[in-house]
Amino acid sequence: MALDNKIDNQDKPSIQDMIAKKKNGKNLTSITEKVIPVLLFLIAAVSIFTTIGIVYTLLIETIEFFKRVPVMDFFTGTALKPLSQNPEFGVLPLINGTIISSIIAMLVAGPIGIMTAVFLSEYASERVRRTLKPMLEILAGIPTIVYGFFAFTFVTPLIREVFPSVEATNILSPGLVMGVMIIPMIASLSEDAMTSVPNAMREGALALGATKLEVTFRVVIPAALSGIIASFVLGISRAIGETMIVTIASGSSKNFTFDITQSMQTMTAYIVEVSGGEAPAGSTIYFSLYAVAMTLFVFTLLMNLLARYVSRKFREEY
Amino acid sequence: MKYVDTNQVQKNMNSRLIKNNILKSVFFLATIFGLIVLAVLIFRVIMQGASWINMDFLTNKLSTSPDRAGIMGAILGTFWLMLVVIPVTLILGVGTAIYLELYAKKGRFQGFIQTNIANLAGVPSIVYGILGMTIFVRALDFGNVVLAGGLTMSLLVLPIIIVASQESIRSVPQHLSEASYGMGATKWQTVKNIILPAALPGILTGSILSLSRAIGETAPLVVIGIPALLIPFPGGIMDKFTVLPMQIYYWTIDSSLVEEYANLAAATIIILLVLLFLLNATAIFIRNKFQKRF
Amino acid sequence: MATLTKPNIKVKRQVISEEEATSEVAATTKQNVHKKTVYDTKDLNLWYGDTHALKDINLSIYEKEVTAIIGPSGCGKSTYLKTLNRMVELVPSVKTSGVITYKDKSILDKSFKVEDLRTKVGMVFQKPNPFPKSIYENIAYGPKIHGIRNKKILDEIVEKSLRGASIWDEVKDRLKENAYGLSGGQQQRICIARCLAIEPDVILMDEPTSALDPKSTLRVEELIQELKKDYSIVIVTHNMQQAARISDRTAFFLNGEVVEYDETDKIFTNPSDNRTEDYISGRFG
Repeated sequence: MALDNKIDNQDKPSIQDMIAKKKNGKNLTSITEKVIPVLLFLIAAVSIFTTIGIVYTLLIETIEFFKRVPVMDFFTGTALKPLSQNPEFGVLPLINGTIISSIIAMLVAGPIGIMTAVFLSEYASERVRRTLKPMLEILAGIPTIVYGFFAFTFVTPLIREVFPSVEATNILSPGLVMGVMIIPMIASLSEDAMTSVPNAMREGALALGATKLEVTFRVVIPAALSGIIASFVLGISRAIGETMIVTIASGSSKNFTFDITQSMQTMTAYIVEVSGGEAPAGSTIYFSLYAVAMTLFVFTLLMNLLARYVSRKFREEY
Repeated sequence: MKYVDTNQVQKNMNSRLIKNNILKSVFFLATIFGLIVLAVLIFRVIMQGASWINMDFLTNKLSTSPDRAGIMGAILGTFWLMLVVIPVTLILGVGTAIYLELYAKKGRFQGFIQTNIANLAGVPSIVYGILGMTIFVRALDFGNVVLAGGLTMSLLVLPIIIVASQESIRSVPQHLSEASYGMGATKWQTVKNIILPAALPGILTGSILSLSRAIGETAPLVVIGIPALLIPFPGGIMDKFTVLPMQIYYWTIDSSLVEEYANLAAATIIILLVLLFLLNATAIFIRNKFQKRF
Repeated sequence: MATLTKPNIKVKRQVISEEEATSEVAATTKQNVHKKTVYDTKDLNLWYGDTHALKDINLSIYEKEVTAIIGPSGCGKSTYLKTLNRMVELVPSVKTSGVITYKDKSILDKSFKVEDLRTKVGMVFQKPNPFPKSIYENIAYGPKIHGIRNKKILDEIVEKSLRGASIWDEVKDRLKENAYGLSGGQQQRICIARCLAIEPDVILMDEPTSALDPKSTLRVEELIQELKKDYSIVIVTHNMQQAARISDRTAFFLNGEVVEYDETDKIFTNPSDNRTEDYISGRFG
């Protein structure tokens, strides 16, 4: 029966003949084959140029800055008075503000993030998981400017309601809100680490009569520890680099203090303040922008490298 | 003699189970904590801003007077910004992904680019702002116009679209490209006709996500220098501009001076969130619609 | 049924000259010296990295015959098949030595364009792998990439190829639909039709029915018998009954070597090597 479908093509040139004829004018194809890889390589190189661009611009101006302000003064100075008659450029107040806001954020995001991860990976049914996860992702998709608005117009007044001594701009409120912002990141990365722990390990413990809780703390979390630590490090890196929330809600006080009810400035907020203030190019303030940005860049880069190192080095071989 | 005292185990078991159940509730509460905050945030914003949204608000120019202020300029600015970001990120992002997945020899150089992209993804957005200000605004002397902002944003979101496109290309089964090579197709013919179309849904989803990141991002534009009160509407990529998040920023920090500015900020946030919601819904729609069939 | 008895008068350019008879490899059967060969393999060796996957292969593939390659998994039969259109090069770190000539052209030379080779040599894969495009676009893919854009010609090629793969009647009303809506057996015949669309000389088939149900397998086997009139077919199969049913010649591969290569009847009734006998009687593999 397959036979009757057969058709022939007596009077027509064969397809191979047509192809052979087309081949003659096909230099274009072979040129394309040679040009495309080169083109794609150049495009891929853009990402390298971006890195070079970042490092180069930061470095050049930072060097210029350190010609005017001694390196030691910058890194050990606790006074930051860029606009005063005798300007001082100590970066410690900014580093202090950055670290304190990150600690507050991590105190919120760390525990809640990991508990969320435990619930989603160990307790929640597949259906609950599939409802909750996308909702948490919404949290991660809210622009930071919106969180900034929320911290400034809602969380701060709320805190001041309870503790009237808290200033209108303070580091506590943006720290807390930043924590909420980072929860989804830690939750999702930790959950990935936990779900990749093989079920056989859980079943081994469950079969001995362990409760889910015990399995979680004695089996799953230790096995997933490197992933969890990596998620924390990335969370810290995110908090260090966060700009709009702290800029809006923490004000621009450059005091070197540990009082979280007061205004503090982070490195990122300083960059916003100085660049928004139309610092004249060539002034020391202008160059201080780059020195601070360089410090910030190095901080976050180290954190990211650390996170990758941790998750690679301590990856358990199941 | 028995090593295990059954009664003792039984007694312990009860308390262990209670502990398990209590902590389960704690974990659940932690999980929904973020969602509660999200609900409060959205509720607050709507309460504060919804009544300020009307036709005038959407179509008016900026103004210092809260009653007459509108966000048409910011909407147009966001639009023009996207007109730069979309083509630039698509070409650079998808091109890089194709190169890394299909052309680069697996080796040290490919690994180097890959690591570099991962590091770029972790660079704070404000550092990109400084790059943009130094290179595009000053060195290339574009000024603080749409093009400078768009290129800066493109570099910022590039890692997102690269990684998404790479994953999408990687998930195209090998046997499809084998079939194409088997027909005598060249590499580029196979990439163009088989691999890219099959990877397209994933690439589109990734590009929409990177786009929504660019729409909501503020910090780099602050550094580039966006005027607080820009009256004329932008009409091209070489015009000065403002965008929705910038407007939210200025109104929020000035709300201590004029209280109604907070309401304007909230109203603008609603518009921004609706825009982002629509974009993400499109991404999810594309993802579901073109679930892979191979 | 009118076309049933029509002689096949398909015109093909014959590149092979008289000398081809002398180019035949001595190790293969002598009875059919008058038959033309399409492929001659001489002392082919192939390595994946350090793994020696093919050892001193000497084999000739004859025109308009079905040549089956059988052997246990990992014996190198698929590797050999993929060497015939150089698809094996998609695996990095492949090294070859020796010579394969396709119609007197040495195809393993780096200067030989693989695209030209693959235009003459079609391939059907283990798992049906239509493109996620319409049935029409699947068939038209080959002609299109080779520069044939005329809509009328394409329409003709699509119909002819689908008829050639005896699936035209099943799909003629749904040419615009996605090929993934078809059953596995239909998909495989679409893949064969896709091959036919560029009228290759040779069709390589890599276990083409291993993913199909018995009924679909039978259809594809019938089709192969039919295609033999116009095409030289090399089929790798793990199914010995299939080899016995459809092939004219059979090569038995073991551990990267050709143990025996002869007419199928001989291999299955009176093999000269003990190992062949062990394998076809199911003692290993």
